[in-house]
Amino acid sequence: MAKLQLIHLNKTFSPSVVPVKDINLTVDDGEFLSLLGPSGCGKSTILRMIAGLEEPTRGQVLIDDRDVTQLKPGDRNIAMVFQSYALYPHMSVYQNLSAGLKLKKVPKDESDRRIQTVSRILGLEDLMQRKPGQLSGGQRQRVAVGRALVRNPDVFLLDEPLSNLDALLRENVRADLKQIFAAQSVPVVYVTHDQTEAMTLSTKVAVLNDGYLQQLDTPDRIYNHPANQFVASFVGSPRMNLIPVPCQTGQALLGTCKIPLPTRAKTQPQIMLGIRPEHLQLAQPTDQYTLQGQVVLVENLGMYKLSSIRTMSNQGLPIVLRSLLPPTEDWLNQTITLAISPNSLHWFDVQSGETFT
Amino acid sequence: MSSTSQNKISFNLLFWLAVFVLCLFCLAPVLWQVLTSFKVNEDIAAIPNIYIPTRLTLDHYIELFTRKPFLRYLLNSTFVSLVSTILCLSIGTPAAYAIARLRPLGGNLIQLGVLLVTLFPSILLLQGLLEIVQFFQLGNNYLALIIPYTAMNLPLTILVMRSFFAQLPKELEDAAKVDGYNTWQLLVQILMPLTLPALVTTGILTFIAAWNEFIFALTFITEETMKTIPVASAQLGSASVFEIPYGPIAAATVVGTIPLVILVLFFQRQIVQGLTAGAVKG
Repeated sequence: MAKLQLIHLNKTFSPSVVPVKDINLTVDDGEFLSLLGPSGCGKSTILRMIAGLEEPTRGQVLIDDRDVTQLKPGDRNIAMVFQSYALYPHMSVYQNLSAGLKLKKVPKDESDRRIQTVSRILGLEDLMQRKPGQLSGGQRQRVAVGRALVRNPDVFLLDEPLSNLDALLRENVRADLKQIFAAQSVPVVYVTHDQTEAMTLSTKVAVLNDGYLQQLDTPDRIYNHPANQFVASFVGSPRMNLIPVPCQTGQALLGTCKIPLPTRAKTQPQIMLGIRPEHLQLAQPTDQYTLQGQVVLVENLGMYKLSSIRTMSNQGLPIVLRSLLPPTEDWLNQTITLAISPNSLHWFDVQSGETFT
Repeated sequence: MSSTSQNKISFNLLFWLAVFVLCLFCLAPVLWQVLTSFKVNEDIAAIPNIYIPTRLTLDHYIELFTRKPFLRYLLNSTFVSLVSTILCLSIGTPAAYAIARLRPLGGNLIQLGVLLVTLFPSILLLQGLLEIVQFFQLGNNYLALIIPYTAMNLPLTILVMRSFFAQLPKELEDAAKVDGYNTWQLLVQILMPLTLPALVTTGILTFIAAWNEFIFALTFITEETMKTIPVASAQLGSASVFEIPYGPIAAATVVGTIPLVILVLFFQRQIVQGLTAGAVKG
């Protein structure tokens, strides 16, 4: 039972290199928080500061309302899973699992009981005497997770634990991880640059960019109500279409299509319009807002055909929109009509990138 | 027989011929000493040279151990070399780790300094060291050899171990810290087992350097019972003005080399691993 809090956390390497700028976060018991962002956004540095492997320049880390900012990693009762797994190569799986417990002077029968429970959950029973060098990538990954689980920590920290696995295995392990950590009622902090992992695993996602927290919300809200243009373009694959469009009399002019602006943005002279590719669909005769264009590029995703459609802005300049079209037809070079549903649109300020909706 | 397999056979033939010639070139002096040590005195002096002896004898070896305390010399050498090797590793390894990972202020400067030390020819240090030995009255004391041998071999230990520590993954140490290891436990329980090949390699190089050192051992030790193998072997020749005892000298050389050969053979696997460490990522 614990709660993890980060208060005004800041890390400065030099005046020009500030990977983490004033981060405030709370992760409650049983919450699974993903730190999501492009490389260099400071997410790993935040995790390392929680672990105590880096010292924050300013700010505090609290675990269960106890200030641990000055404590050594070993005294914080945290467990961490590393990207490279970082198993001790000269120790057997059993020794790897028991090393941390031995240092904390957990009695042998208690430690053996925990190791047995964890190895049953992870299916490591037959591997106990092997060395990490004799394990496959997936097995090593499970041992690394096991080493964290046996500790019974107050906080779990995971640093891109899936990125060294191949795509197929990653999907399986992702599902396993979700189950395992759902059963642990302590805060979990998970660092990833993979939005699918963040969306599928988390109860909360913190999107980071350039050391700043961009949005902290449920995966659902992150996807459907991005707080700003960065979150909108970073989350979602294929990426959201973002088009700067001019406005007139409370309407955005996307080519020949006039779309009413949200109430807060009625007076804007120009606005950034966001449409996810899956929300751009072939128009039915009843649709009110439609747009005509020609398909110039088709990428077959199997389930859909990701198509780039060229249309004209109202000033006669070309605009390219990407849309997911049904895979039943070869769309290349066809001229099609797309429907725009005003409810699924996102509006952002051209200067600040903040949302209007 | 097809021409390709013929080519293969002639290639193999050439290959082994080259190996043989190279070995002969490198080992001929050693072979000459070994053969000489088993020849009777007449054969040693015979003209024309007798290369392969027909009459074998162990007299020269027996002479070494009966007329001279050669066992004592062996023990002296072993003691001095072993102690300075252990000192070297136990001082050099933590130092190397500190330079590689703890990033002390001026770490690069320290490393440069260590490198500079290796550039001094030891013969230039003799005069100064002699003064020091006299000042501290260390003449005829094993410490007079152990201290300089340790000092001379520390740079090698530090440089080799530093590069070995540097190539160990950083996450391993992070994981150990999270598990609760302190710096000393981390070094001894996690890193040292992983650096065993490097430890063995540098240890053996240090041991060989200390074992073979001549000029300090000649100058600082005059007491007969404290002499080391290289000095004792060399002084066999100066025992008599009228004859050079080639046989015993050759025997002494062999006796002085055998412990090193055994040592290297015993640790061969580790040495190969240590020397190639870092070349290929395991």
